Amino acid sequence: MEKLMAALKAQIVEQLNLQEVKPEDIGDDQPLFKDGLGLDSIDALEIIVLLQQHYGIRIANPEQGPEIFHSVRTIAEFITAHQTAK
Amino acid sequence: MYNGEAYITGSCVIRKNRVYRDGTLLWETPQAQELQEFLRAGYDQFSGQYPKFHKMDPLSKLGWLAAEVLLKDAPLNNYPPESIGLILANKSASLDTDLRYFDTVKDIASPALFVYTLANIVMGEISIRHGFKGENAFFTADAFDPEFMVGYISQLFLENAVSACLCGWVEVMGPAYEVILYKVERSSGGLAFNADNLQKAVSF
Repeated sequence: MEKLMAALKAQIVEQLNLQEVKPEDIGDDQPLFKDGLGLDSIDALEIIVLLQQHYGIRIANPEQGPEIFHSVRTIAEFITAHQTAK
Repeated sequence: MYNGEAYITGSCVIRKNRVYRDGTLLWETPQAQELQEFLRAGYDQFSGQYPKFHKMDPLSKLGWLAAEVLLKDAPLNNYPPESIGLILANKSASLDTDLRYFDTVKDIASPALFVYTLANIVMGEISIRHGFKGENAFFTADAFDPEFMVGYISQLFLENAVSACLCGWVEVMGPAYEVILYKVERSSGGLAFNADNLQKAVSF
């Protein structure tokens, strides 16, 4: 899980072009949107693209978005659960 | 009664990796530096503390940076946001970004690029940064046309649709780019707003 979260942080910084954020600056449980890392709705779409490109995962139910994308940890848990279910 | 007179109270030109304000060279980088690196260095030089900049396309970065240079020491704080307009023009509209976006469509379309596939997004970025809420329009033409610009904007002043505005030319296509941005205000203290003076203000 730690390794996956570290990889996700680097991929988020790269994919979202967060040039003033270092991957290690993102907390495992830090909220990614609003008052947390300050991501917006376009960033959410980019994370969906990231999951598809790097992990082959498509979000089947958009209503799950806020729950899945809450933090790096929740995304990592979603990826792990998806890979285990395969 | 207001007669529609307006004045050029500032100008910013960005071309050939040089930034001029009011005709004076403020800053430059080596000619060989590529546009994206130049823009990043310009951001560090004139602004910072605005991470959204890094997500913008080159067109928005250029317009945003010129507005930053123009307004940094002389913001348009004396006018209601609803009375500050933005009138811009260029030759290539958003084609530079359209092509980049088209490249991503072959794989997975990029939402972050898609949102910049309209030329007038640059005006949105400037408006968000400076709180402008007035009239705006973006025109495409083969070349910067001072006569047209003065005619259109003078009418806005005459109708009291604006009390101040930023206007000019923001063009980018691949490595070629040029920004000519003017600040125009109702209050006196600058060159009279006419086509001759628009050209004089940036002839150097």
